[in-house]
Amino acid sequence: MKEELSIGFIGNPNCGKTTLFNAYTGAKLKVANWPGVTVEKKEGAMKYHEHLFKLVDLPGIYSLTSYTMEEKVSRNYILSDDVDVIIDVVDASALERNLYLTLQLIELGKPVVLALNMMDIVEERGMEIDMHRLPEMLGIPAIGVSARKKTGLEILMHAASHHKEVQRPDPLVHQHKLGEVSKHPHNHHEEYAMVYSDLIEDKIDLISEVLAEKYSGLKNLRWHAIKLLEMDLEIMEKYPIDRPDIIDRSYEKDIINQKYDFIEEIIEEVVVNKSQKAAFTDKIDSLLTNRILGLPIFLGIMAIVFFLTFTVGDYLKGYLEILLDWISQGTISGLELIGTHPMMVSLIVDGIIAGVGGILTFLPNIFILFLALAFLEDSGYMSRVAYVMDGIMGKIGLSGRAFIPMLLGFGCSVPAIMASRALENRRDRFKTILITPFMSCSARLPIYVLFSQMFFAKHAMLVAYSMYVIGIVVAILVALVISLMDKKKVENTLLIELPEYKAPNARSIAIYVWEKVKDYLIKAGTTIFIASVIMWLISNVGMTGFVTDMGDSFAAQIGKALVPIFRPIGLGYWQIVVALISGIAAKEIVVASCGVLYGIGNINSSQGMSDMVSILAAVGFGAANAYALMVFCLLYVPCAATIATIKKETESIKYTLGIVAFQVLMAWLMAFIVYHIGLLL
Amino acid sequence: MTLSEGVPSTVYHVLGVQVDPSIERRLAALGLISGTNITLLNKKKRGAVIFSVRGTRFAIGKVIADGILVEVAE
Repeated sequence: MKEELSIGFIGNPNCGKTTLFNAYTGAKLKVANWPGVTVEKKEGAMKYHEHLFKLVDLPGIYSLTSYTMEEKVSRNYILSDDVDVIIDVVDASALERNLYLTLQLIELGKPVVLALNMMDIVEERGMEIDMHRLPEMLGIPAIGVSARKKTGLEILMHAASHHKEVQRPDPLVHQHKLGEVSKHPHNHHEEYAMVYSDLIEDKIDLISEVLAEKYSGLKNLRWHAIKLLEMDLEIMEKYPIDRPDIIDRSYEKDIINQKYDFIEEIIEEVVVNKSQKAAFTDKIDSLLTNRILGLPIFLGIMAIVFFLTFTVGDYLKGYLEILLDWISQGTISGLELIGTHPMMVSLIVDGIIAGVGGILTFLPNIFILFLALAFLEDSGYMSRVAYVMDGIMGKIGLSGRAFIPMLLGFGCSVPAIMASRALENRRDRFKTILITPFMSCSARLPIYVLFSQMFFAKHAMLVAYSMYVIGIVVAILVALVISLMDKKKVENTLLIELPEYKAPNARSIAIYVWEKVKDYLIKAGTTIFIASVIMWLISNVGMTGFVTDMGDSFAAQIGKALVPIFRPIGLGYWQIVVALISGIAAKEIVVASCGVLYGIGNINSSQGMSDMVSILAAVGFGAANAYALMVFCLLYVPCAATIATIKKETESIKYTLGIVAFQVLMAWLMAFIVYHIGLLL
Repeated sequence: MTLSEGVPSTVYHVLGVQVDPSIERRLAALGLISGTNITLLNKKKRGAVIFSVRGTRFAIGKVIADGILVEVAE
């Protein structure tokens, strides 16, 4: 079966394109309730009867004139020849604003099918949409669907597959704007849904003639003519025409105004009962975005998120530790029973179970953290956070929108850095990318949980909290210093849609959390597994082959060479140094490596912890050292995946290396400060 | 007056938009153009506001809110 039709899903941000895409393809792409979740084009396939369709999910855009990176992705793709049919997904409950992009898409001259998503919400609100009149006025099929409830999906695909040949819309309504008499020679209403004033239509005709003459074979002259009238830079460069007599100024505003005039006309005829308000959202907003309470409420919510992560997570973690201990003991007896070589037993128990198992016991903490973040993201609160934080972010030269990537950074730095694409300004993006890794991600959590419990027993949670605070403070200070050094006054340009609140969707949350848990399990089974084996190897092998004293191993040699650099910050122990280096692969590995390098089977159990504490205490590693270690782990080199993402997003090796070097320096400095303060206490 | 001087829960009529051209275009794409009615929903001390236009809520920073010229709608 070959691909017969390629369908692009396009529409405004947060209108449910990805939910629809997931419903068709069975994919599990992340969906949430804030604009800009999808930043990359994603492809998928579906079988439709005997045919194979390629579906493409695109980042949401408000118009085909593009300002942000994600908008460019969508526009360039939709303009390319890769798309046979455009499915324009609109939020039917906000039809008025969504139709603007629809009119622009229709003008492209490609087959467009309108998918009126969220019809279930429209019905709930008591609104009605005239599904006969709407396609008549637009000249394209309009299908009501609910991606969430999976209704109308079959009909939509049917329409898309049958509409692929249609090259031009065929509006049935040829006489609107009654009373206005047109002097324009043609009645374009028979051909096009969107017809402009005589002045503009005259110009479009003239430019089309010039274009046809100058660029023979150019398709869709009307669209190009409109773009030239709007003085679109890209089209002016590609198809210049030297006719200042026709294009005496930019007609962009006129064109936008007239489109909205037409949209108002459509809404008046098509939408019944449109004044239904979502009072629910306004009520919640009056509290959550309250000028006084907004910020304390946000801080309170975050405190609860981390409280749950540590308490509930640790409670569940206890059971996993018992299980791990049991597996580890069972494995030893089992392997010895079948006469396995002691070296092999050591690799499996001290290397793999200690490393991978040790990391797996943190799964409950990770699960709770992502569950909480999923609730925040799916409720509609994220956009409000951008508004609430706008004032503070403005002081450090960033818009409130930049806080969304930072907040996502508590989960994982990789998607957080990608989310910075939604920022229009390149400087803001780079700055946000620089400070986002300081937001403490879930991979660093095991390090805090372990070391704070080992050295700060009663105050463990407070110490772990303090890491998050230090991360935020460092991020803010770095941004502040940059904005003070920045001579150019940066304008605060927050502009973000605030979606309606909704009860978080069980399926979206399940997908979100499961994908994160899966990532974590895969990481434990691959990166951490391999790192644990390597750790075991280099700590058991030296110049002379297998060594009985780990102090003669390769690991010790590497670590000892770097000890002088780490001594001033209280981390001058070769095992710790090697563990930190291994943590560049993934931060959790620091914990796994400590287990392997100190030869502690189950580092998270109370027995393992007390063993570790006494080993460390014997070499003078105390609470101040532990705190310095946590601070260093919080701030130093982001993990390999994050470095790769920074490289991809900034498209600059120089900048990427600069960020890495800066962060190592920052980590060293901060660890130095807290270590020496700690020694004084 | 500008939108940042407005009072929450009031409907305003947009008279003009005087902001950076790229932002003006973005606002225009959202349907915020001269002649549109918008409702101011919320406002912060520093001037960031939440308003609704054509059935959708948006939050904008002070710089943009200062550039949207409005009068109280009839």
